[in-house]
Amino acid sequence: MKGQFRFLLAALPLAVAIGLGGLFYDRLGKNPSELPSVLIGKPAPEFDLPGLDPGQPGFATADLRAGSVTVVNVFASWCAPCRIEHPILTKLAGQPGFRLVGLAYKDKPEATKAFLAELGNPYALIGSDLAGRVAIDWGVYGVPETYVVSKQGEIMWKHVGELTDEVIARELQPLVEKLAQ
Amino acid sequence: MKSLFLAATLAFAALPALAAGLDQPLPDPAQEAKARAIAKEIRCLVCQNESIDESNADLAADLRRIVRERVAAGDDEAAVKRYLVERYGEWVLLRPPFEPSTWALWFGPAAILLVAGGAIWLRRRRPAPAEAAPAPLSAEEEARLAELMKDGDRS
Repeated sequence: MKGQFRFLLAALPLAVAIGLGGLFYDRLGKNPSELPSVLIGKPAPEFDLPGLDPGQPGFATADLRAGSVTVVNVFASWCAPCRIEHPILTKLAGQPGFRLVGLAYKDKPEATKAFLAELGNPYALIGSDLAGRVAIDWGVYGVPETYVVSKQGEIMWKHVGELTDEVIARELQPLVEKLAQ
Repeated sequence: MKSLFLAATLAFAALPALAAGLDQPLPDPAQEAKARAIAKEIRCLVCQNESIDESNADLAADLRRIVRERVAAGDDEAAVKRYLVERYGEWVLLRPPFEPSTWALWFGPAAILLVAGGAIWLRRRRPAPAEAAPAPLSAEEEARLAELMKDGDRS
């Protein structure tokens, strides 16, 4: 009995070390400032954003239920990582199975237009969220952020920061293919 | 000259208000105080452990505006917090809520203290094991002892 107690006491630090090691290993390589979205699996918020030009169509909740998978990219002309991300988005937009939609976050339409005129426009639709209110409903806390929305208009995936070829190949692409079926 | 000095003083006095961004306090002081109190409990998502009340970040200013709007619309503290948690998750609350998933967080330190303290107390309370009485000397040992003692007498 006493020997058993001693054994347990001696094993305790080892158990704690293994537990902590597991926890740290799990967090390894992840960005601690990245928050998991609480909106995953939930319907996208209700919104109706204007386009960049008065006559142009904007981006609204109804567009997410128009029958195709949607990749929503939150961007701004003033955001440096968005510039880095842009060629990857252009490449992504050429692939079938989904619609790439842009949400211009706190960006004057003229500035967004100049940004897209310079680098090209990969977006099928663009909504201008000048006040940043719709972005808050999406849980956006920085740009760029990218979401995958199912055909039914549910948010399925979120990525904080710029997209990379690796993230697209490993996460976005398989998910979009699965949702498109 | 005096009025120029006064104008300059007033202009500088207004600077902190400018630094706080485009914050428009609510006209009702009671509501404003409530909004500020709630803002102190909301984490600024792009800062390191700052509340949105203290932060100068753009997003914090936007969230302050939303808190004011909700308070002005008659929401109580719980409703305002729920509104933000629905969008940003529980991390947005500076003080973690008390619920099963956070019990480890709330009880952890006290539990560790209790277990460790209890273990130490138990150990101290148990009497030190009585020293076993030494075995009586054998005949050989008695003889050897007697010899040694005799030796000692001689010197």
